[in-house]
Amino acid sequence: MKLPLEGAIDCDVHLSVPNVATLLPYMSDYWSDQLVTRYIDRAGFNLTSYPPRSPLTVRDDWRAAPGRPTGLAALQADVLDPGRLSGAICHTMHGAMALFNEDMGAEFCKAINAWVAKEWLDREPRLRASILVHAQNPALAVEEIERCAADKRFVAVLLPVMGDSPLGRRIYWPIYEACERHGLSLAVHAGSTYRNPPTAAGWPSYQSEDYMLQSSAFENLIVGFLAEGVFQKFPGLKLVCMESGFTWMPTFLWRTSKTWRGVRTEVPWLDRVPAEIIREHVRLTLQPVDAPRDPKILNKIFEQIACDDMIVYSSDYPHGHFDGDNGLPEGLSPELLRKIAIDNPRAAFPRLATVDAPDTKETV
Amino acid sequence: MTRHVVAKARDIAPGSSQIVEVGGREIGVFNVAGDYYALANRCPHAGADLCKGFITGLALSDGPNKYRLERKGEFLRCPFHGWEFEIRTGQSWCDPKSMRVRQFKVDVAPGETLVKGPYVAESFPVKVEEEYIVIDI
Ligand code: FES
Repeated sequence: MKLPLEGAIDCDVHLSVPNVATLLPYMSDYWSDQLVTRYIDRAGFNLTSYPPRSPLTVRDDWRAAPGRPTGLAALQADVLDPGRLSGAICHTMHGAMALFNEDMGAEFCKAINAWVAKEWLDREPRLRASILVHAQNPALAVEEIERCAADKRFVAVLLPVMGDSPLGRRIYWPIYEACERHGLSLAVHAGSTYRNPPTAAGWPSYQSEDYMLQSSAFENLIVGFLAEGVFQKFPGLKLVCMESGFTWMPTFLWRTSKTWRGVRTEVPWLDRVPAEIIREHVRLTLQPVDAPRDPKILNKIFEQIACDDMIVYSSDYPHGHFDGDNGLPEGLSPELLRKIAIDNPRAAFPRLATVDAPDTKETV
Repeated sequence: MTRHVVAKARDIAPGSSQIVEVGGREIGVFNVAGDYYALANRCPHAGADLCKGFITGLALSDGPNKYRLERKGEFLRCPFHGWEFEIRTGQSWCDPKSMRVRQFKVDVAPGETLVKGPYVAESFPVKVEEEYIVIDI
C-alpha cells in the first residue's frame, strides 16, 4: 500500500555513515592522519541507542541483503518512490555527537555534513538534510551552521535530546540565534550522548527502559525551553521533536498550563499560557505512533492536542515502526492527513519552500 | 440590602487588609492606596482562604532574565496554589475571562451619617467623629 496522497514530505529519514573511512576525504589532513594513525578509523561510531541488530534500528525487509539496493538506491526504492514523496529530510545521528574532544567532534560534523551534501543531496533532488553539530561547544556549532547555511538544502540543525545540559539553557542560545537568523528549524532527535543517565532518577538496567523513556526527555526539553524563555527570545524558532512519540502531549499541555498559573512569577517572561506557546512553536514527528490502532482513540488524542498543525509526517526510515509503505495511521480525516503529510512539514521547516524547485541551490 | 458597618476606616491602613464577618460570611477588606475593596474570603479555584494570602504586585518581564515588579500592593496571591487575583476587580491574572473572586460593594461613611441608621454593626459602637467601612449585602 502506498501513501494515500502524493507529494508528502517525510521529515525523519536516517542516514548512516558506513564507516569512518568514508569520511576521511572530507577531513583536513591533520584529522585524517590522526584518525588513521590512532586507529580511530576502525571504531564503529554507532550510538548505543541503536543496537545494530534491533528492528528498531533497521526494519527487517529494509536490511542489506543480496539483490537489495543499497545506499541512495535503497532509500529511493523503500521510501521516496513508493511514498510518492516530494521530499524527505535526512538526519545523521552519529557517535561524533558524544565525543568529549570538541575539536574532533566539530571536524566529524563538518565531514558528515559535507558527505551528506555530496553523496546524498547532490544525487537526489528530493532530499533535504539537517546540519549535524557538536553541541558541547556552542561556538563551534555556530561556526558549522554558518558554514552550511548558505546551502538551502540544509533545512534544520540537529541535536540529540539528551546532552551535557538541558538544551533550554542560555549557553546554547547562540545555536538558536543562528537557526532563527538563517530560517533553519531546530530538529531535536531522540537519543543521548550519555553524559547523563537517560532517566532523571539515574541509570536504568535495560535498553528497553532507555527507549521507552525517550518521551520523558522531550517533556524535559519543552519544559526547559518554556521556563528559560527560549521561545520569547527567539520568536521565529521552530522546534521539531524527532521520534518523540506524541500521545503524551495532551496531558503535558494540561499539566504545564495548569501549573503555570501558580508558579509563573518565578519565570515572568512566560507571559502566556504554555499550551498556546507549545502549539505555536513545537512540532512532533509522526512515527513512531505510540497510540493504539483504534482510530477513535487516535482521533481523540488529536482532538485533545487541539492543534492540527502540530504533527509532521515521518517514516523514521529505516527504523521499523510499521509494515508496508504507508506510515500514515488509519482513520484520520483526509484534511488532517494532508496537513500532517504536506502542509505541516512545510510550515515546520520553512526552508522546504525550495523543495519543488530542487535545482535552485542558492547561496546567501 | 442591609448596610453592615464592619470596621473603623483607620484600622485598615493603605497596603493592609482585614477579614470581617458579615451575615455569616467572611469578607476581606483591602486598602489599596487609600481606596477600599471587599472580596469574598474564598478562592474561586478550590476554596482556600484567599484573603489570607500575600498582598503583592505583579511580576512582569521584558524577556528572559529581565525581572520587574509592578503595581505593588494591587494583587492577592492565593495561599493554596499561588494564583494571583487583582484586588480592584477580583479577576484572576492568568484567566481573567472565566475566573474571578466575588466582590462586594464597599463604602467609607462618616459616623455622623451612620448614627441615624439603619445599619448593623456587630462588634463595636459607632461614634460620630470616626469614619467607617460599610458593606452592603
Ligand atoms: S485554591 Fe486558590 S489557587 Fe487553588
